Amino acid sequence: MRAFLLGLAIAGVLLLANAAFMGSFGSALALPPYLLQIVCLAGINVILAVSLNLINGFTGQFSIGHAGFMAIGAYAASYFTVTFGGRLREAVGFLPEFGRESLVLLVGLSIGALLAAVAGFLVGVPSLRLRGDYLAIVTLGFGEIIRVIIQSLDAVGGARGFAGIPKLANFFWIYGFAALTILIVYRIVHSSFGRTLIAIREDEIAAEAMGVHTTRAKVISFVVSSAMAGVGGGLFAHYLMYIHPASFTFLKSFEIIIMIVIGGLGSISGSILGAVLFITLTEGLRQFAQYRMVLFSLLLIVIMIVRPQGILGHREFVTFLTRRRRPLGESPGTPEEA
Amino acid sequence: MTTFLQQLVNGLSLGSIYALIALGYTMVYGVLRLINFAHGDVYMVGAYVGYYLSRRLRGAEPSIFSALLVMLGAMLACALLGILIERLAYRPVRREARLTLLITAIGVSLLLENLAQLVFGPDPKFFPSLAPRADFVLEGVRVTSEQITVIAVSFLLMILLRFFILKTRTGKAMRAVSFSLDASRLMGISTDKIIAITFALGSALAAAAGVLIGMQIPKIDPLMGIPYGLKAFVAAVLGGIGSVPGAVLGGLLIGTSEVMVVGYLSSTYRDAIAFGILILVLLLRPQGLMGRVQKEKV
Amino acid sequence: MRSRLFAALTLITAAAVTLSCGERGSGKEILVGEYGSLTGGIATFGISTKNASEMAFDEINKKGGVLGKQIKLLVEDDQSKPEEAGTAVTKLINQDHVVAMLGHVASSHSLAAAPICQSNKVPMITPSSTNPRVTQVGDYIFRVCFTDTFTGEVVAKFVYDTLKAKKVAILVDVRSDYSVGLQTFFGEAYKRRGGEIVANQSYSQGDSDFRAQLTQIKATNPDAIYVPGYYTEVGTIVHQGRELGITVPFVGSDGWDSPKLWEIGGEALNGCYFSNHYSTDDPNPAVQKFVNDYKTKYGQVPDALAALAYDAARILADSFTRAGSTDGDKVRKAIGSTKDFPGVTGAITINAERNAVKPAVILKVENGKYLLVETITPEAVKQ
Repeated sequence: MRAFLLGLAIAGVLLLANAAFMGSFGSALALPPYLLQIVCLAGINVILAVSLNLINGFTGQFSIGHAGFMAIGAYAASYFTVTFGGRLREAVGFLPEFGRESLVLLVGLSIGALLAAVAGFLVGVPSLRLRGDYLAIVTLGFGEIIRVIIQSLDAVGGARGFAGIPKLANFFWIYGFAALTILIVYRIVHSSFGRTLIAIREDEIAAEAMGVHTTRAKVISFVVSSAMAGVGGGLFAHYLMYIHPASFTFLKSFEIIIMIVIGGLGSISGSILGAVLFITLTEGLRQFAQYRMVLFSLLLIVIMIVRPQGILGHREFVTFLTRRRRPLGESPGTPEEA
Repeated sequence: MTTFLQQLVNGLSLGSIYALIALGYTMVYGVLRLINFAHGDVYMVGAYVGYYLSRRLRGAEPSIFSALLVMLGAMLACALLGILIERLAYRPVRREARLTLLITAIGVSLLLENLAQLVFGPDPKFFPSLAPRADFVLEGVRVTSEQITVIAVSFLLMILLRFFILKTRTGKAMRAVSFSLDASRLMGISTDKIIAITFALGSALAAAAGVLIGMQIPKIDPLMGIPYGLKAFVAAVLGGIGSVPGAVLGGLLIGTSEVMVVGYLSSTYRDAIAFGILILVLLLRPQGLMGRVQKEKV
Repeated sequence: MRSRLFAALTLITAAAVTLSCGERGSGKEILVGEYGSLTGGIATFGISTKNASEMAFDEINKKGGVLGKQIKLLVEDDQSKPEEAGTAVTKLINQDHVVAMLGHVASSHSLAAAPICQSNKVPMITPSSTNPRVTQVGDYIFRVCFTDTFTGEVVAKFVYDTLKAKKVAILVDVRSDYSVGLQTFFGEAYKRRGGEIVANQSYSQGDSDFRAQLTQIKATNPDAIYVPGYYTEVGTIVHQGRELGITVPFVGSDGWDSPKLWEIGGEALNGCYFSNHYSTDDPNPAVQKFVNDYKTKYGQVPDALAALAYDAARILADSFTRAGSTDGDKVRKAIGSTKDFPGVTGAITINAERNAVKPAVILKVENGKYLLVETITPEAVKQ
């Protein structure tokens, strides 16, 4: 009951914030549209980063194909809202406009998440038998294959891109789902299933020896992670109104990996921090146009040399502040050998 | 039938390029267990160095000699680049987790690509003609002199490399390091030096590939390393990552199948075919066609 | 030491972010946005368009501007990537607050950006996007050129009647709406006249090796090969085609129009043709004045993209004057009622579909020059 009320409270705050930022309460709190866009993109990044961290950081599996699941979510949701959105709107004509639009978005996102989860299952089952570098390569390969398949589908614009997606995502929805993602991952990690995942990360063979169904656990976390990436992709599409297969290459997967590594693998607040930092840096350095990416890649290399565990390492923001020494399942030291 | 043979020739020349680049991937993985994502971009740098060098020689008549000069110049430059990258970016993180190495490699790759866009300009450039043109027509199959050059030079370099690895002391040391880094160290092999040489060799081969591609398809641009690098990587995995003959076989197979798919099916599947093969290989025979099975020790 | 490094990084980031939130332009100017590809595979299009629109606005500003204010052009680069077009346009509208938009040359980019302009009620004039779908996005989107349904007819007529080619192979760029659209329109028009499409091969913008596709095409023995793509790939395609022993003419459309085409394709292009919006050989004094002014200012003969951009910019300025304001709704009505505007690409009237109806020309490539061969009017292709 308490959790439900808390959830309602958070939703309420987000709704108010959304209205304020859009200028409904006078221009005092209204964000300039450009800043609002950065904030919203940051929110989408948070969803992607936190969901990837579940599989890479907490389960210790080397997956670099996350953009593929994001793409599936984006395209599936967009195809639904563009093709069937009209009919759905008519069917629920009695609802106020907010209700109708929200329903279309929610149904679209659910379809996106579902298809992404199915893809996660299809990719996960054969791949997760592999270890380390091989798993990384296979997930990279699958991510690219998904993208190429989408590129050959004329119904969603193929290689020319998918334009005309309705702008259904806004601050409220994006941050609402971000909060939901964080909550889900937090609950998973702090459950006994979460301990299973961490055990797999720490020493997979030992975990197997202790009776853990490692493949099953890995696949479950992979499917959940993909579904959330699908939601992120759907929100991405409905915010930018235009998607193109070129936005979902392995470069995008790399970007998400960079976010969680900078923030700290195995730390939820780390991923949030990494996601926010990433968008801030890439947008903030936009002034310097061509130098931007050069600076950024240099930064990346330097961080890897100087502090490879990322900003927060395995610790959460809270424990970082209180300097507790032994957070969740951690043995002191840098991330483990694959 | 002629069309098929023509496509085969096309595939062989493309495949030789992939093979040259794949060799670099496979050698570095062999000694360091590192997937050097930046390798494709070294190939790109090689092409650009070749471009600027050939512009310098523009007054001279196109000849085999000038082509050779350009290629050697590019190979030297990239060998140095490879050593530099290893020393500055990879050596400090050599003992870290695999993921850290991977991210560093990605960082170097991004750095090279963006530096190239900054320094060379993001617009594509076009290689001037280097060697004299001559075409050979056999039973309706047309082979250009560029294609012959590509295939011939690639095979020559691969044979030289094989000789180097099998018959020289340094080559033996390279094989030892790829078998076990620590044991080699204990045996008194200067592993740092060997690793540097490995990088230098791999980068030089990539540079040669870059110049060859420049001669064959005049267009070069700062991001050309991405598709070629990725497919060459797939070729290395297909052949068995860590195996030199495997890389060659893998490169030729990937090149030929890509050309066949584009010609007989559709160009949209051009990239998919490489990844499709990759996934099939990894699921059915992860050690590749010529690799050894890695047993995981507890 | 390491934490200090981080503190420094954070400070730099914060500074960078604050610096980047700036606005351009003052109240005494009319801000017009332009998004184009200034870098990448179709860079010459963007550069031509930018040069010509700047020249047009310079001329107008020298005569006192429009509505008592000077027009300031703000240009954003999308690096030849359609997904970046949306970002560029969003920035121009949201951060720079432009009142109207010029662009894009490539239809795919226009299609990505048009919905953004439409939903923000910012009138957009594309100088040379020819795919019909662009202006169908909404009533704020216009073009000053003809559409590809017309181009398809023009090329089909030329290929069948003039070149007497009964069998044609098509090599299409699947990444481009323009190219895919032309493949359809040309195909229909050509077949209607009695021609046969013997091969349909494809490539992606950015590819550099076309030998596989060209080998397949060669095997079908066409009389001509239609390549409705952009100059960077076309140059390489024709070059490789000749190397493979293909001797028949390659034919294209306005995507070929670039000074770089010859640089890339070289002598292989001799004897090839493409359809276009205008020719520098046009004796009309207004055209010659434009060609000379552009050549003096930028050191290059203006291509069709420049000519169309020049016209688009001038029509926009004229619409501001006719509307009497820069209000989006009034301006778009003014653009829509443009009639017989004296453009260097012909007399421009915007019809109800927000397109312009004009004749096309066929140019022949000969030793680095593009020579006028034929002019085809809309009436001539009516059947």
